[in-house]
Amino acid sequence: MARITMREAISQALWEEMERDENVFIMGQEVGVWGGTYAVTKGFYDHFGGRRVRDTPISEAAIVGAGVGAAMVGVRPVSELMTINFAFVAMDHIVNQAAKIHAMFGGQMRVPLVIRAVGGGGRQLGATHSQTPDAIFAHFPGLKVVAPGTPHDAKGLLKAAIRSDDPVLFIEHATLYQMRGEVPEEDYVEQIGKSKVQREGDDVTIVTYSKGLELSLRAADELSSQGIEVEIIDLRSLRPLDMEPVIASFKKTNRAVVVEEGWRSFGVGSEVASRIYENAFDYVDAPIKRVAQKEVPLPYNRRLEQHALVQMEDIVQAVKEVTYG
Amino acid sequence: MEKNQYLDLYHQMVLIRRIEERSAELYQQGKIGGFLHLYIGQEAVSTGLISVRRPEDRVITAYRDHGVAINCGIPAKQVMAELLGKATGCSKGKGGSMHMADVEKNFWGGHAIVGSHLPIAAGLALGDQYRGLNNVTICMFGDGATNIGFFHEAFNLSKVWDLPVLWVCENNQYGMGTSVERASAVPEIRQKAEGYNMRNARIDGMDLITVRDASLEALEYVRKNGPMLLEIVTYRYRGHSMGDPERYRDSGEIKKWQETDPIGIYRKYLSEKEIASLEEMNEIDTQVDHEVDEAVQFAESSPEPELDELFRDIYVEA
Repeated sequence: MARITMREAISQALWEEMERDENVFIMGQEVGVWGGTYAVTKGFYDHFGGRRVRDTPISEAAIVGAGVGAAMVGVRPVSELMTINFAFVAMDHIVNQAAKIHAMFGGQMRVPLVIRAVGGGGRQLGATHSQTPDAIFAHFPGLKVVAPGTPHDAKGLLKAAIRSDDPVLFIEHATLYQMRGEVPEEDYVEQIGKSKVQREGDDVTIVTYSKGLELSLRAADELSSQGIEVEIIDLRSLRPLDMEPVIASFKKTNRAVVVEEGWRSFGVGSEVASRIYENAFDYVDAPIKRVAQKEVPLPYNRRLEQHALVQMEDIVQAVKEVTYG
Repeated sequence: MEKNQYLDLYHQMVLIRRIEERSAELYQQGKIGGFLHLYIGQEAVSTGLISVRRPEDRVITAYRDHGVAINCGIPAKQVMAELLGKATGCSKGKGGSMHMADVEKNFWGGHAIVGSHLPIAAGLALGDQYRGLNNVTICMFGDGATNIGFFHEAFNLSKVWDLPVLWVCENNQYGMGTSVERASAVPEIRQKAEGYNMRNARIDGMDLITVRDASLEALEYVRKNGPMLLEIVTYRYRGHSMGDPERYRDSGEIKKWQETDPIGIYRKYLSEKEIASLEEMNEIDTQVDHEVDEAVQFAESSPEPELDELFRDIYVEA
């Protein structure tokens, strides 16, 4: 096992898949000569060349739309959106095209496209560049939405996404790129659509993913020192949403907190809480709490931005509330 | 062309017209749901264009796609069954009028969001170019699609990357009910290609032979040099869709264009060039009537999709 960063894990996944399969190529803004705006594709252009590492114009509809078309004829593009906020200018090709084409034509076309997008707040980029709109994309049947929280899962899930015959939106959280974690040396692939227990505990279930995992793990340490043991379930993908480990954990703890970085309304927490109530109502000992971003466009000012974003303390507080502690 | 090829093109145009006329009736009877956009008046465009493609050349179009489907070789039965939403339709009854396709025939749809299929077309061509194939993607769209961002992003990318796309604007003069003059900053759509340093031409779309010749030349240009825009000026005799009150044009204008009916022009051409007699053409007309009757019968007697079909083909991997 090597201890590497999330950035390195994602980079390795791309590199190894491109080495493995000639049909895999990357396109997006500054993925080539620049080396990736987050340095994920540093060195790729020199190694693979401009045919396989394609710098595009600032033209999201073309980046995703041409990705859809190329995927339809059997190659495996990885279209990179510099940030997920720009997905809104490519929204049609993500939700009206990529997500629909397989079903709409009766199964005769496939769209094995990966759309990589960097998301998340906390970098003082202001309202238009700091969003965590993951739940919006999870609304659409036909699309898979993956958002890893560890280097291990990022590598294994990105490989799975590239090998998948379905369109996958792969969301990376910008503030997790430096996170380090154990990653096997050998080739491995994680299954998309499987939630994972990231920490075991008997008192409260925390359901989370992506950035929320890092915060929840820190909260878990703090809570443990206060005598509360939480179990953390990492969703890893929002669609498909694997509730089995969540329900199993909830039946043990009878209490849950759902942690997400996006806004609370119509969000991941709402969905997960509903499903727990639907499937394990008899096990409920306390109302399920949702921890999420405050409902404002994120401001530039650091103090204000951090006040809007989920903090470790918010999770600790929510866990105590469901334990009436 | 051999005589049978000339007659085959005649057959295709008449087949499209009759299918569309019959579809309008079935729509009024409530047997076809949703939106229905008829190709009547524009038959020479897709018939001429697609007649010169190689089998490996891909075709993708917008929602006015029944004619294109026929020209690509989808049997009339499957087109009609799709219109009736039957399991035997070319998209298993899940696409409907606007989403017909047959990948085996290299017809990649039927796309209903205006302009959205242009970046996809660039992608089809990108996939082929990436793999070193020598085929062309033919992308058809209306004049209305040239005012949306997708058009410009796709044109730019295709030129920057020299993608083998033949862009074909079917300028039927109206985007729904708004004329080109009222919607486009330039009167000729081909001018828009100039901004992308892209070769372009504007031709008469009512004359099949003109369309055919220009398309052949354009296809060979694209195969060697990269993208080109062919603007084909045409006219739709029917409304934008079946629910069109047609307040935006007077009947005199329609009448004037009907005098240049593509089927009429082609009949005259075949007759004057002594390629085929009127009797021979009338015989094809009768044959088409039977063919359409059979297609309707096939569609009407075909089964509805099973209810569990609803959950099929949402994902390749469940």
